[in-house]
Amino acid sequence: MERLTTAAARNIFYGGSFFFFVVFALLVANSYMQARVMEQTNPISAEAERGKRIWEKKACFDCHTLFGEGARFAPELGRVWFKYGGDRDPAATEDTFKAWFAAQPTGTEGRHQMPQLHLSDADVHDMAVFLRWVAHVDTQNWPPHAPK
Amino acid sequence: MKYPSQSVALPYFVGALVIFSLQLVFGLVGATMYVAPNLISPDLLPFSVVRMIHTNALIVWLLLGFFGSAYFLIPEEAERDIWSPMLAKVQFWLFFAAAVVAVVGYLFGNYDGRSYLEQPIYIKVGIVIVALMFLLNISMTVLNGRKTVITGILLMGLWGVAIFFLFAFYVPANVVIDKMFWWWVVHLWVEGVWELVMASILAFMLIKLTGVDREVVEKWLYVIIGTALFSGILGTGHHYYWIGAPAYWQWIGTIFSAVEPLPFFAMVLFAFAMVWKGRRDHPNHAALLWSLGCAVTAFFGAGVLGFLHTLAPINYYTHGTQVTAAHGHLAFYGAYAMVNLAMITYAMPPLLGRAPYNQNLNILSFWTMTTGVGLMSAALTFAGVLQTHLERVMGQDYMDVQQQLGLFYWIRLGGGVLAALGLVMFLVAVLVPGRRAIPAGAAFAPAE
Repeated sequence: MERLTTAAARNIFYGGSFFFFVVFALLVANSYMQARVMEQTNPISAEAERGKRIWEKKACFDCHTLFGEGARFAPELGRVWFKYGGDRDPAATEDTFKAWFAAQPTGTEGRHQMPQLHLSDADVHDMAVFLRWVAHVDTQNWPPHAPK
Repeated sequence: MKYPSQSVALPYFVGALVIFSLQLVFGLVGATMYVAPNLISPDLLPFSVVRMIHTNALIVWLLLGFFGSAYFLIPEEAERDIWSPMLAKVQFWLFFAAAVVAVVGYLFGNYDGRSYLEQPIYIKVGIVIVALMFLLNISMTVLNGRKTVITGILLMGLWGVAIFFLFAFYVPANVVIDKMFWWWVVHLWVEGVWELVMASILAFMLIKLTGVDREVVEKWLYVIIGTALFSGILGTGHHYYWIGAPAYWQWIGTIFSAVEPLPFFAMVLFAFAMVWKGRRDHPNHAALLWSLGCAVTAFFGAGVLGFLHTLAPINYYTHGTQVTAAHGHLAFYGAYAMVNLAMITYAMPPLLGRAPYNQNLNILSFWTMTTGVGLMSAALTFAGVLQTHLERVMGQDYMDVQQQLGLFYWIRLGGGVLAALGLVMFLVAVLVPGRRAIPAGAAFAPAE
């Protein structure tokens, strides 16, 4: 500490911060490109986009997590499409979702409660397509024990 | 108080404490929903709305505290009055009104966005306008006055806060890209530019409270913020492990975020070294306690609890469990709530033209609140470790695991009640100064 002058400390700070930010930005740019390439095998339909907007407008993330991010009041939904057999029978899975949304709040004693979101059939369909899209994102095998 | 315009900080500090109280009320409601989920109908008040008010109120009151701190300390550093005190007053009421409109809107289902950024678009635009008013005001003050290292770093931090907030407007349809840039607001705030703001406020207070030489403080400051940004920028990678980003982030995030505790450790060393070196016995002992407590609690909350789950092989199991919530609570409290409470404790007596008052009650509030948040984080850590084992290692169902964590959620609620009790003491300690007024500047001479 004694030999380091304030001017040297300042120069190291500015130079270093700039350097690390540039490295970070370049890596993020690379990740961005890879995420766009992913859209070729897992295209984002208008339905998926509308589903994402519902996710945002209903603040689903303020109870649930998606890829582990959000609140921890309710289950992770990144692989919920597979959990209800979406890859085997998409129509049946959508019906399950529809019945699920309609049944809220269940009022079951001691269980965290989900509000009635008043989703139309079209909304539920968009939501299902969105959840199908996220289920096909390569999350480096996270979470452990996820339905595949 | 040396400069009359410093008084614009007063409404900011009072406003911050009002919103802090709101944050705690909704925190208690949310914690109650964990242990008694059938108490309140989710159609009346869903958990999601409680959480968004809890987290948004946190951010708003911390920002109000930062704004107030900047208006209080910049005149003393720049040795001149605020460029436009009127603009500062207008800015306060605009920001406060936007916060009230947002909260009332949330209660009626008017929200749209991502986590922490649920504000409707017009509120987000309002926040940008407020930020521009603020940055114009403080930048003009600094540019026209004495330039110190403290104001330089503070300004850099506050400009960074505004610049990275702009990514709140970028909401791409691709969830992976959306999440990547969402962290440009969230992580580059709290593990980036906010650390600059925190370090400079802490440095200002340590100069005032210990009387230590400015030159010594400045060198420390560069070392602290240097380690903060060198580790913190690429440390963003620890949020990119499992969101659909490439695997290389596991290496980058692990290596760089493992270094993230270092700036917080340096802040502890710095704060205590300054107290030992300084010969000044400032009468505001409570402010010094909050300053030292801030450095120590930030080290445990941000540094230790953060390191606990930042390495990719560990985070694979802990990600998205209550471990994150435990870390979030103690880190935000230690680093950012406490630095604001320290500044408020330090600045209120001169703002009211008094010698330090209600010191014992303030010190008691420090211990009560810190014990409360500590208990809360400890309970959530236990809940998180258990959840990690049962859910992520054993593969049990989410809701089945939640049913087994009840005890820890009750302890968490207890910690919350204790923290709220501490806040009540703090409010009385700083907002009820008593009758005996002492002429400004009579009891303590400013350092330097």
